[in-house]
Amino acid sequence: MRTFDLSIPLDLTAALAPDISLMLGAMVLLLWAAWGRESIARQRAVGAASMLLCALVAGMVLFFMWTDSTVGPGPVAMDGFRWTADLILLLATFATIALSMDYNERERITSAESHVLLLLATSGMMVLVSARDLIIVFLGIEIMSVAVYVLAGMNRRSDRAAEGSLKYFLLGAFSTCFLLYGIALVYGATGTTNLTEIGGRVAAAGATNPLLLIGMALLVVGFGFKVAAVPFHMWAPDVYEGAPTPITAYMAAAVKAAAFASFLRVWMEAFPDVFVQWHYALWWLAAVTMVAGNLIALAQKNIKRMLAYSSIAHAGYILVAVLARGNLGSSAFLFYAFAYTLATFGAFAVVVVLSGRGDRYLRIDDYAGLWTVRPWLAGSMAVFMLALLGFPIFGGIGFFAKWYMLQAALDSITPLARLSVILVLTSVVSAGYYLYVVMVMFMRPVSRPDSDPQPVGRLTRWVIAAAAVLILAFGIFPDPVVRLTRSSVIVPIDR
Amino acid sequence: MLAEALALSAALFTIGVVGVLIRRNAIIIFMCVELMLNAVNLSFVALSRYYGADGQVFVFFVMTVAAAEAAVGLAIIISIFRHRQSVNLQNINLLRG
Amino acid sequence: MTDPAYPLFYTFHFYLFGVIALASALAFVTRKSPVAAALWLVNVMFALAALYVMLDAHFIAAIQVLVYAGAIMVVFLFVIMLLNLGHPSEIADARGKWGKMAAGVLGLILLAEIAVVSGTRVRPEWVVPRGEMNRLLAEKGAIGVVADPLFTRYLLAFELTSILLLIAIVGAVALGRRSDHTTDPAEESAHAG
Repeated sequence: MRTFDLSIPLDLTAALAPDISLMLGAMVLLLWAAWGRESIARQRAVGAASMLLCALVAGMVLFFMWTDSTVGPGPVAMDGFRWTADLILLLATFATIALSMDYNERERITSAESHVLLLLATSGMMVLVSARDLIIVFLGIEIMSVAVYVLAGMNRRSDRAAEGSLKYFLLGAFSTCFLLYGIALVYGATGTTNLTEIGGRVAAAGATNPLLLIGMALLVVGFGFKVAAVPFHMWAPDVYEGAPTPITAYMAAAVKAAAFASFLRVWMEAFPDVFVQWHYALWWLAAVTMVAGNLIALAQKNIKRMLAYSSIAHAGYILVAVLARGNLGSSAFLFYAFAYTLATFGAFAVVVVLSGRGDRYLRIDDYAGLWTVRPWLAGSMAVFMLALLGFPIFGGIGFFAKWYMLQAALDSITPLARLSVILVLTSVVSAGYYLYVVMVMFMRPVSRPDSDPQPVGRLTRWVIAAAAVLILAFGIFPDPVVRLTRSSVIVPIDR
Repeated sequence: MLAEALALSAALFTIGVVGVLIRRNAIIIFMCVELMLNAVNLSFVALSRYYGADGQVFVFFVMTVAAAEAAVGLAIIISIFRHRQSVNLQNINLLRG
Repeated sequence: MTDPAYPLFYTFHFYLFGVIALASALAFVTRKSPVAAALWLVNVMFALAALYVMLDAHFIAAIQVLVYAGAIMVVFLFVIMLLNLGHPSEIADARGKWGKMAAGVLGLILLAEIAVVSGTRVRPEWVVPRGEMNRLLAEKGAIGVVADPLFTRYLLAFELTSILLLIAIVGAVALGRRSDHTTDPAEESAHAG
C-alpha cells in the first residue's frame, strides 16, 4: 500500500503507468506498422503484437489492483473502480483486435494502423476512467472520440462507412461543445475543475447558483451523446450500421462503458450534494431511453441496427446505476458492463461470421435455419441474445447483471421503485426482438440463396467460444465477478 | 464586464447551435462547431480574470482539440466527397434515428 | 462581487467588438457560399481576439489570431478550394420544417440561458484578489502567465494533447490516402460480385 503524491511528476507518471505503457507500446507498434509495405501478414502481426500489449497492460493493472495504492489530491484517481473499469476496457480491446484481424483479412483492409488507433483510443479511455479533473475528462473523451471517428470510416471502399463516420464526427464534435460549455459553466460557478474541489465548493455553497445547474445540464447532454441515451441517440444506428463490425462492437461496449464510468465518477465526486437538482432529469432520461430504445428495436430488420437500438436500451439500464448512486450503483455498473461486454462481443462476432464478405447478409431473416446448418454458431448466438435479454440460466451472467441492477435501484438511498418497474417491463418488451432472432435461427427453414458456409477465422471462433463459455460459467458461479465488483468502488478524497 | 462577456458567449454558442441544425453543407456545419468552441473560449477567458490564469490554459487545450478535430474532420469530409462528389447532407439526415 | 467601474473608452470598445462578433456570426450562418461564410467566421475570431486583449489574455489573443484564424481557418478554406465548393450550392442548403423547428426551440432555450448567465455573480471568497492578473502579467509576462500553470498543474493535460495530435495525424493520413488496397482487377471484380 502506497500513497502517490500527484504534485510530484514522477509519482504522477507512476500513477498512470498502465496508461502510459499502452501509449508508448502503441507508438512503437505504429512505427512498425508504418515501416514497409502494407500486407495482410503485417496487419496480422501488428494485431498479434497489439493483443500481447493489451495483455501486458492488463497485467500491470492487476499489479496495481493487488498493491492497493492510493493517491493524494490531483488530476487522477487510483481506486478499485478505475482498475476494474480498465480491465473491462482492455478485455473489449483485446476482443476487438482479435475480430479485426480476421475481419480485415476478409475485407482486404491491409492498413495495420487500425489496431494502433484502437490501442490509442483505449489509452484515452483508461485516462478517462481515472480522470478527476474536468479538463482531463474532456481530453480523455476527445482522444477516444477522435480515434473512433477515424476507425468508423476505416473501410475506405465503403460508402456507408464514410457516411456513418461523417455523421458520427459532426454529431460527436457538436456534443463535445456542449460538454465543454458545461465544463466552462461549472468552472464559472465554482472556480475550479478538480472534481474534489468542485464537490467541496458545491457542498459549501449549495445549488443556488444557476450557472452550476445549467453547467450540469450541459454535461448531461454531452455525456448523453457519448453513451447514446435518447434523445441524443440519433447518430448510433447509422454509425453502427456503417462502421466495420468489430469497430461497432467496440463502440457499443468500450466507448459506452468508458463514458459511463466517467459520468459516474463526475457525478459521485463532484455533485453528490446537489442530488435533488439532477435526480428528475436523469430519471426521465433513463426512462425515455429504456422505453424508446426497446420499442424502436422491435421494428428493425437489420441485425446491426437492431443491436444498435438494443445498445441504446442498455444505456438506459445503466443510467439506473447512475441514479442509484453510491457504491451499490458503481458496482452494479461494473458488473453490468462486464456482462454486456461479453454478450456484445459474442453477438457481433457471430454477425461478422454470418455477414460474409462485403457484409452482404445483415438482415435478421438471413439467419433463418442457422440451427440446421451450423448448430454451434446458432447455439452461441442464442446464448448471447438471452444474455442481453437477461434470461435466467441460459442467459448466464446477463441475468445476474439485471438482477444486481435492480437490487442497486431498490436498495439505494432513495429507492427507485417506479424506475425498476420500467426496467423490468422494458426488458420483457426486449424479449420481442431478442427471442425473434432465436426463433428465426431455430424454427425457420433455410432461406439464403447460397447457403455455403462462410469460413470462420480462427480468432473469431475463439472469441465466440470464449464469450459463450464465460457467460455460461459466470452464470453458474458469479461469485468471483460479484466479489471483484463489490470491492471496486469509487473512493473520493476527503475534502 | 463578466456578465456581458458571458452573455455574448452564450449568444455566439446559440448561433452556432442553430447553424448546425439548419445548414446542410458539412463544411459549414463543421465551421458552426468551431464557432461554438470559440464561444466557450470567450467564457473561459472572461472567467480567467476572476479565477486566475487557469481559464487561459483551458483555452489553449481547446485550441489544440479544435486543430486535431479539424485535421480528422476535414479528412472525413474529403473521403465522403470522393464517394459522392458532394458534401451536402441531403441524404444523410443528422437527426434521423 | 461587482465589477470595478470601467472607463467609458474601455466599455465602448468592449461593446463595439462584441457587436462586431455577433453581427459577423449572424452573417456567417446565413451566407450561402462556404467561402464567404469562412471569411465571416474569421472576422468573428478577430473580434474575439480583440476582446481577449481587453480581458487581459494577451497571449491567448495572439494565438487566437495565429492558430485559429491563421491556421485552422486556412485549412478550412483550403479544403473548400480543393473540393471546389466555393460557389453557392445549387440545391437548397437549409433544412426542412423539422430541422428549423428543432433549431428554433433549442435556440430559444439557449437564449433564455443568456438571461441567466448575465445575472451571474461569482462568489468573492473563491476569486483571486483584484488586480492579481495585472500583477502576474507585469511579473511573468504574457506568456509566462499561461506557461506556468501549463507545465505544472496541467502537465498531464498538456501531455495528453500530444497523444491527441498523434491520433489526428495518423487518422488524417489513414483516411486521406487515395490508394486502395487491392490493385488486382480480378480481385476487385470478385469482391464487387
